[in-house]
Amino acid sequence: MSQLLSVTTLAETLRIAVPYACAAVGGVWAERSGVIQIGLEGVLLSSAFGSVAVAHATGSMVAGLLAGVLLGVGQSALHAWLVERTKIDAVVSGIALNLLAYAATRMALRALYDSSSNSPGIEGFRVGPMGSEGWQLLARVLMDPVSVLAFIVIVASPWVMRNTRLGLRVRACGENPTAAQAAGIDVSRTRVIALCISGAICALGGVHLAFDQHRFEAGMSGGRGFIALAAVVLSGWRAGRAAVACIAFGLLEALQIGLQDMARTSQAATLIQLLPYVATLLVLGLGIGRGAAPAGIGQSPE
Amino acid sequence: MSRGTEKVLSRWLPPARMRLVFAGAGALLVFNLVVAAFGHGPAETLGRAFAGTWGTAYGMGQVLFKATPLLLTGLAFHVALRSGLFNIGTEGQLALGALVAGWLGPMLGGLPWPIALPIVIGAAVLVAAAYSAIAGLMRARLGVHEIISCIMLNRCVDVFLPWVLVAGLGATALRTDDLGPEARLPGLETWIPALSGSAVSVAFPLAVAITFGTYAWLERSRAGREMRWVGLGATACEAQGVDVRRRQVQAMVLSGALAGLVCTGTVLGYKGYYELGLGAGAGFSGIAVAMVGRSGPVALVAAALVFGTLAQAGLTINAQVPKEAMNVLEAVVILLVAAASGVAGKERAAVVVAEDDPAEESA
Repeated sequence: MSQLLSVTTLAETLRIAVPYACAAVGGVWAERSGVIQIGLEGVLLSSAFGSVAVAHATGSMVAGLLAGVLLGVGQSALHAWLVERTKIDAVVSGIALNLLAYAATRMALRALYDSSSNSPGIEGFRVGPMGSEGWQLLARVLMDPVSVLAFIVIVASPWVMRNTRLGLRVRACGENPTAAQAAGIDVSRTRVIALCISGAICALGGVHLAFDQHRFEAGMSGGRGFIALAAVVLSGWRAGRAAVACIAFGLLEALQIGLQDMARTSQAATLIQLLPYVATLLVLGLGIGRGAAPAGIGQSPE
Repeated sequence: MSRGTEKVLSRWLPPARMRLVFAGAGALLVFNLVVAAFGHGPAETLGRAFAGTWGTAYGMGQVLFKATPLLLTGLAFHVALRSGLFNIGTEGQLALGALVAGWLGPMLGGLPWPIALPIVIGAAVLVAAAYSAIAGLMRARLGVHEIISCIMLNRCVDVFLPWVLVAGLGATALRTDDLGPEARLPGLETWIPALSGSAVSVAFPLAVAITFGTYAWLERSRAGREMRWVGLGATACEAQGVDVRRRQVQAMVLSGALAGLVCTGTVLGYKGYYELGLGAGAGFSGIAVAMVGRSGPVALVAAALVFGTLAQAGLTINAQVPKEAMNVLEAVVILLVAAASGVAGKERAAVVVAEDDPAEESA
């Protein structure tokens, strides 16, 4: 047990939680503006790929980071444009963009690296001590530039949403688009902006995922976008709480890895993975926090 | 575009046909772009794709084989959509159904096929329908949006299936045991020797029959009619005394039941066992099928054939162009068709208005 509750576990928890938290906070930004976004998974995937492709081609990790974020913003903005301008149902657009990201990254993997499973390795950011355990690991996780960036935007998000003019507008569009429009807010434009922010934050998660593995693997997002969606719902569409929920999911996953290392017998440990989904279903079903969803989600101004 | 041209255009291209034309043109364009990007001649690749699909009897058989699950998922999605619900949980439901078929099948050795087959298929349908009912009930009774619940239920299946295969069934290779001959659907090659070697089984004609049957039921029966009305205007239905919630649950259950058949056909008709990942992605392809072919049973079958052709063509040109290119096409087609027709716009709009909070109402 002491082995599980260690500094290593804490470091692993934080490392694992970064992509979840980024995607979840990105999801909060999108949905608080009133756009249903089930395409977080696709944003994670394409930004991970974009960052690896550019980092590999240029040898610059910063360029890779920028490319990943740009791709995430682009994809998220495309979703907003499809939903707001061409009036495609947001669920349909989300599904299609997930499918597109999944297929296009695999196709590009074949095209660029002639591989069906993974890209060649990249350096990633190497900051801090090299050890793989204890304080050294924790220090490295905390000093990782992508994690630091992610931490900043995640902490800033609730504040921006609560205290700035932009945040107020975004929330207004999500709560009551008709009233927002009557108040002179350009609802479509605000939503596109919110989705760009959402895409950028979510993409940080994708970049972290890829840099952390030092390469891109086909389908490497592995459902994290959907877990993030669960966190969004569980948190009642609040960025701070969503991030905390993601850290809890990260802890679960870290414990699970620890358990599997200690004893390879625990088949039941895999069932722990059910927890985020079952918890979401229960919270929704029991009506805890009913009415927490933005009231105008999925609606256009009349 | 002037009024006159628009009129002429809409006569020659009613929305239903327009969708297919749009989808076809867009798919062709993207296909050419992708092929060119991989440095191959579009015409040559198209020729190869055609030769591998409709060019030979074997290719045709493979297209029908690929079209079978697509047709059934498309139908499943369509049924729920008619009452204004998005059943994006087909992905999980079809996997559960197929697992049940693969698990139950080998246990029925010795029973004659007229008994064994209905038991296996019935069990698969039942389990998938029950799983889908969770989302339906949560939507109708608790006001939980079916999209979130379906995503969560899908993910639960993703986690649960490998566990149940290893821990529950003791499978070592993440697959079930082989089915006995009594629980198999015969291949079409039994009757049509030209199709020999291809994977198509009687599951395809059965799926077509089920499609026509389901459409007829939606049109003719009282329950089916009311389901469609709910999709068109839940508030009006409520006022007319239609039990909206009951119809919504029924639509989800029916949709889930159909989803349960999707890969059961593949298990019984071709594979002979269930293995992890069988039919993955069919649920989402089914959405594309349902969108392109939503105007009637013939259109749905045609759409399934189109996407089946795409899937098979992807395999035949895989050496030149990655088969994932076909998934890219699929995504583009979904978006094009959705943009062209404002898919589900009407049905969904109607439901959003009627989306009441049961808790609030009873308070």
